[in-house]
Amino acid sequence: MPINYYLFLSLALFSIGMVGVLTRRNAIIIFMCIELMLNAVNLLLVAFSKMHHLKNLAIDPMVGVDGQLFVFFIMVVAAAEVSVGLAIIVMMYRNVHSVDIQFLNRLKH
Amino acid sequence: MNITPYIFWFLSVMALFSALMMVTSRNPVYSVLWLISTFFAISGHYILLNAQFLAVVNIIVYAGAIMVLFLFVIMLMNLNRETEPQKNRWLKLIGALAGGCLLLVMVAALKDAELQSQQAMVGTGSIGLIKVLGKELFTRYVVPFEISSLLFLSAMVGAAVIGKKEPAQTLKS
Repeated sequence: MPINYYLFLSLALFSIGMVGVLTRRNAIIIFMCIELMLNAVNLLLVAFSKMHHLKNLAIDPMVGVDGQLFVFFIMVVAAAEVSVGLAIIVMMYRNVHSVDIQFLNRLKH
Repeated sequence: MNITPYIFWFLSVMALFSALMMVTSRNPVYSVLWLISTFFAISGHYILLNAQFLAVVNIIVYAGAIMVLFLFVIMLMNLNRETEPQKNRWLKLIGALAGGCLLLVMVAALKDAELQSQQAMVGTGSIGLIKVLGKELFTRYVVPFEISSLLFLSAMVGAAVIGKKEPAQTLKS
């Protein structure tokens, strides 16, 4: 497939995640939109790794492995991030009995 | 007959539609289910690109573990359509407009890029297989791999410390 299709698909997914972050007030949904943005980037990384693999196959048969391992590490970091972030959201819910991020604007006082 | 473009378009439409439904649905539980559908579509894309290891890890880690965690928290807090906080209409419109502007600018910037004639290798190639990736992960990338285990340990400790109830607070209340 042409790499352009993957590029625009990832851009569209990333923008949808961005719109979700900007338009929702539920902290958990915002967190899920961030996961969607991470996944859009992962998809693009894999597509680019396969593109480089096809282009430089004759020089080095292992080219492109780095991109896929980067995706693996992004997934690892995302899993760690989710565990800590959900713990923070649960603690916030315990204190203010809401997941509305609007309640957090008292942090600025 | 080559079936690959049809699968590509089907998975792309599925991913985009599920992502849109995830952002727009009022009930948080439906949002989680649509996001799982998006992750399955992205895993389908990985299989199409012959990145089998990442496809399996994506399903196990994202659609399995992380989404169960989200669903568990949502059900713990008993969130539903009625308790869902809503932004007012203008803020929503401005947010959608800002996201659309981001998409427009990125597409305009990248549509004449040098990559136009490049192809992504679909359906063949061995770099996505577990054997190749595992060998690379445990030789050249072994230090980052060990560091990520430390990251997991610190995340686990952090989640336990944050989630713990303060003894002084429980006495007060």
